[in-house]
Amino acid sequence: MKSVYYKYKLGPKLMSLGLLLLLLFVWHVSTTVGAFDSKGKTADQIMLMEMNGEIIPDPANEGEYINNPEKSATFPGPVKVWEKIYDEFSNPFHRKGTNDHGIGWLILYTLAVFAIGYVAASLVGVMLGVFIGLSRTLFEVLNPFLQVLKPISPVAWMPLLLYTVQDGKSVAVLVVFLASLWPTVANTAFGVSNIRQDYLRVSRLLQFGWFRRFFTVILPGAAPAIVSGLRISFVSALVAIVPAEMLLGELGVGYNIWMEWNNLDIAGVIFAVLVFGAMGFILDSLLDRFAKGVSFVE
Amino acid sequence: MKVDHVSKNFPVLTGNGADTGDSFCVFQNVKFDVYEGEYISMVGHSGCGKSTLLNIMAGFDQPSSGGIVVDGKEVTEPGLDRMVVFQSFALMPWLTCFDNVRVAVRSANPEWTKQQINEHTQKYIDTMGLTGSEKKRPALLSGGMRQRVGIARAFCVNPKVLLLDEPFAQIDALTRGVIQDELMSMWQKTNATVFMVTHDVDEAILLSDRIALMSNGPEAELAEIIDVDIPRPRTRQQMIESPEYTRVRNHILKFLISHQKQSPISTERSTPSAGEPANSSVDEAPQEVSV
Repeated sequence: MKSVYYKYKLGPKLMSLGLLLLLLFVWHVSTTVGAFDSKGKTADQIMLMEMNGEIIPDPANEGEYINNPEKSATFPGPVKVWEKIYDEFSNPFHRKGTNDHGIGWLILYTLAVFAIGYVAASLVGVMLGVFIGLSRTLFEVLNPFLQVLKPISPVAWMPLLLYTVQDGKSVAVLVVFLASLWPTVANTAFGVSNIRQDYLRVSRLLQFGWFRRFFTVILPGAAPAIVSGLRISFVSALVAIVPAEMLLGELGVGYNIWMEWNNLDIAGVIFAVLVFGAMGFILDSLLDRFAKGVSFVE
Repeated sequence: MKVDHVSKNFPVLTGNGADTGDSFCVFQNVKFDVYEGEYISMVGHSGCGKSTLLNIMAGFDQPSSGGIVVDGKEVTEPGLDRMVVFQSFALMPWLTCFDNVRVAVRSANPEWTKQQINEHTQKYIDTMGLTGSEKKRPALLSGGMRQRVGIARAFCVNPKVLLLDEPFAQIDALTRGVIQDELMSMWQKTNATVFMVTHDVDEAILLSDRIALMSNGPEAELAEIIDVDIPRPRTRQQMIESPEYTRVRNHILKFLISHQKQSPISTERSTPSAGEPANSSVDEAPQEVSV
């Protein structure tokens, strides 16, 4: 019992943790600023480097120099990123002017945009998918449109959306909406048209009205396919929201990535990227619970 | 119930599903009367269209010519007066056993209160020996238990006609006997007319008043209907000892064997047709006549 638990549960977790530590270690070592080597450099060259701020006098050794940690152009190490994380989360809800919002606000903003766009697209997508899945004719009529619209990156719509809608927040929501619409529509239609004939026959036999047929047979019968559509939509929306926020420059975590880049704060960029990963992870595990709730065994 | 000169054609499709315009006749001019309250079975080789005929009776499928008349009304669509017990059980896997029966009770009696519906459902759950499994999903139950739910769902709406589509084919042999007995006692309490399609000759003899024999498809026809003159209530023991049993059984077996010889591989349906939807593989899976 114990060994099985170790093999399948604890073991892999410990290995993940070990891998993480290894990666952090490699990252740390490869980004550590080496000691300044004055060999082969003339006194003039050293003086010039000191004036440029590339090196500073070593406080420990008189007459020696070390690389200036403030000025070093090397990639930030894990310690520096950790300092940034700590710094940001110690005061997440500060607000100093339009361009300096705490990370808490940015996350909430992105979550709100994501939630509105995603939920709206899911509702519309499921309804549309059910109609398409139920009617062969409707499928034939709409399929060419879907095939043309589906491959268009939602970000590609942005100029048109900005021109017509004009409000940045609404454009962000619409981009998320467009990103999460098609996979849900396609999967719902597939799920509905592939509900086992037996279940539909039972619903005809029992003389279900449209409403009962929809909620007792079609929706639960297609639920596994719908949920897989919702998951694909979810990822696609999360992918689309980053460039949308970058381009819009309103607010949000995606915007923050670009902001930190403008500030040339590479540690900040890494931090913002990590925030995105963490957000996606948490949202995905929520969706996972929902999926387990609606799936069934044949 | 009258089955009046029913024929069924399926369009012949090419390999990629295009309609060739030709059609393929599964059975033709099938005509017999089913008397009220009787138990009639249909036996025949695979491909003779037994299940298709049952689907037409249920209203799932339309006949190419002829028609089915129940109580003076022609069958055009499925209804609660003709409940079907499916070979594949057809229980909704997302509903509990109780709810699978309950949806039927609710549909048949829309004016009932919630309590009446639940009580009526519970009565049939108890009769079929499902007490204790009400809250289980079908996936957790054995084939036998699932078909008990299927039978409870069919009987609970008090239908005029029960259509059994190889109801015991997916149940193991030992459980099959028990459920056949349960079905019999259930049927004797009601005055429902039963039409059953089966491959199992003993099952047909045990349960039926009359047995209809179909010749081989394509262009199958109703060959004959034989009476099973064994007094009810029947027990297995009694049935095996009865000379009537031996007579009927030999007769049917001779019929089936002679038709097997006459019909080489050509009776196999070469093209799955559009008329028969997704679950045709279940209906027409290769099956042996068990004797």
